[in-house]
Amino acid sequence: MKKYAFFPGCSLEKMAFSYNQSSVETTKKFDIELQELDDWNCCGATTYFYVDQLLAYTLVARNLAIAEKEGLDFVAPCSACYKNAYFANAYIKEDPDLKEHINYALEQDDLQFEGNLKVHHIINIFANEIGAEEIKSKVTNPLEGLRVAPYYGCQIVRPRKNGEEIENPQFFEEIISAMGAEPVDFADRLRCCGGSLIMTSRPAALDMVRILLKNAIDSGADMIATACPLCQVNLECYQTQVNEEFGTDYSMPVLYFTQILGLALGIPRKRLGIGKELVSAAPIFSQLMSKEAK
Amino acid sequence: MASKPTFSQEISNLMYASHGNPTKTCIQCGTCAGTCPVVEFMDETPRRLIGMINANLKEQVLAANTYWFCASCYHCTVRCPAKIDIADVMYTLKRYSIWNKTYSEDWVGPTFSETFVKTIVRSGRSYEPILAPTYMFNMGAKDFVQEAFTATKMMLKGRIPVLPPRIKRLHNFREMIRRIIPIGDAS
Repeated sequence: MKKYAFFPGCSLEKMAFSYNQSSVETTKKFDIELQELDDWNCCGATTYFYVDQLLAYTLVARNLAIAEKEGLDFVAPCSACYKNAYFANAYIKEDPDLKEHINYALEQDDLQFEGNLKVHHIINIFANEIGAEEIKSKVTNPLEGLRVAPYYGCQIVRPRKNGEEIENPQFFEEIISAMGAEPVDFADRLRCCGGSLIMTSRPAALDMVRILLKNAIDSGADMIATACPLCQVNLECYQTQVNEEFGTDYSMPVLYFTQILGLALGIPRKRLGIGKELVSAAPIFSQLMSKEAK
Repeated sequence: MASKPTFSQEISNLMYASHGNPTKTCIQCGTCAGTCPVVEFMDETPRRLIGMINANLKEQVLAANTYWFCASCYHCTVRCPAKIDIADVMYTLKRYSIWNKTYSEDWVGPTFSETFVKTIVRSGRSYEPILAPTYMFNMGAKDFVQEAFTATKMMLKGRIPVLPPRIKRLHNFREMIRRIIPIGDAS
């Protein structure tokens, strides 16, 4: 069994607990254990970097150092946590001065960071470490007829991490196909959901959410799959506000890709946290079941 | 008498750790403005803002809402043909405006960010209910009601934490932060 240090991040404690549950449940099916990082701290989202860069990297480095002490590679399910961890890891490795500053601070918590680990997003574990073929082989309930919009969002693909394709990535589509579902051609799949602007510049963020929802509906999707808690909350929990603001009547379920994958793997809905949505996906799932019955 | 750095030099200096090119390499092509998903809501497009930095129009640059409306989606950064990390330029301006307290009272971003960082320094983890007042009291009555309604629905689904989380080794954590920035005992 392969083991990773799992950094859930603040959102996954409550707001996106279903992402936490479904990540743990789905990886288990592939003999992967996500061991929650002991005493982790907030990664700082984008906001530490607005205030102080060195502080931001130090706080990220504390989490990396805890994982390194355990001898485990680092997995984050949240795109912002992932981006922060990825670049902190890369920059500390290449910048001895930054490393010295950070290790001087980490000493206070009996930690040192050498830079001997890899940082992954949970979707990379499925796309690269497990692979579509292996996913397919474990699918017991292929989601035939389900049309899913793969929503990449920003920070999984941007900034570019290591020379990978960022203008036309396909790994999310491949995962959806492996589940037996159909990835729709979702033109705005790389467009930003507004992120924390939902709190700081609400009119801008609601308009950004509106554009994405409209595009997903126009592309014929039954639901949107996300890989980030902030994208999920913006696209789902703010749908009512978008409807009130723009006179629309959107009702588009937004699930974590791990929840949808979990269904395909035959994991009971409850263990995937399905049922905590504000826009219920239940009607679509029952439609899917009745199609199967026929 | 010693000469003072220009505004554009100050910004380049603050971006010493950036992995992109300095703003003076901008060719004013507008790819950033064409890519930006928030551009409609900005006082100045990213292209114009960079031009203004290079022209040392300090007051006008800092008065524009552009950098606080950047969602850090990095779409401009990855497409810039001059390889300027434009999102990082926006981060730099945010820091500059917080450190120098030059931001407009109408913007929620600066207060939100400072409250966020204070929350982390105090407890090690983020806690949504403490952050909410920094933006909710800046809203009109209608938006406030909508926001409260959304929060209530999330709470009913068990998606809002009741108690603020806190890390175990908080003392060490705060001592660690003290080696980076000065923090008081009370915060």
